[in-house]
Amino acid sequence: MTLYVILEAIISLLLIAGGTFAFIGSLGMAHLRDFYMRLHGPTKATTLGIGCILIASMGYFGILNGQPVVQDMLITLFLFITAPVSAHLLAKTGLHLQLRYVDKTRGHPVELQDEEVGQTPMSPGGPADRDPVTLDKRPSDR
Amino acid sequence: MLDIALKISLTLVMLALLLNAFRLTVGPSLPDRILALDTMYVNSIALIVLLGLWLGTKTYFEAAVLIAMLGFIGTVAVCKYLLRGDIIE
Repeated sequence: MTLYVILEAIISLLLIAGGTFAFIGSLGMAHLRDFYMRLHGPTKATTLGIGCILIASMGYFGILNGQPVVQDMLITLFLFITAPVSAHLLAKTGLHLQLRYVDKTRGHPVELQDEEVGQTPMSPGGPADRDPVTLDKRPSDR
Repeated sequence: MLDIALKISLTLVMLALLLNAFRLTVGPSLPDRILALDTMYVNSIALIVLLGLWLGTKTYFEAAVLIAMLGFIGTVAVCKYLLRGDIIE
């Protein structure tokens, strides 16, 4: 009888922890100021929270029926595999659309920097229109 | 004890869904809205699992698996459309 009380306490703790993690992840997504910051909350905290909830459900039905449950493990595995992939794709989309970011966001990836080519305009006309560089009239003498 | 924990967890997941809906409506850019939808389906899976715990049935697990797979595919499709202008090249 005492064993079931302990197991119930563990399952209750996992449920509350999962709900708290999911709430913290969504709060981070609603509160932070930058898309690259907002990407952190759901992809880490919410995934961990739903993992806790699914493990609690698996434990509850496993104890209730006396045999292990496989479907919950399937959902957990699938979510833990697909969450980083979708986060990576979302980050690539944000970099591709060149979303603005606040100064506190660390890192300056190549996709968000100004391009070096084409910044200084060349003189009009082709190379033949420029002054020829000869030996008696060097550019440094001018 | 389990009833109280279930109620607290349901409340927290519902608040998380409300925050996701806020970001979905407000979100300044398009990837913000995609991220809100992505988080929304993960939270809805949590809600379905909690409903299964509340009612004591395992009927809703198939719905949770379906939502997980289709949500991931939808997120990947929309991201691919924004990245390349096409889904299947």
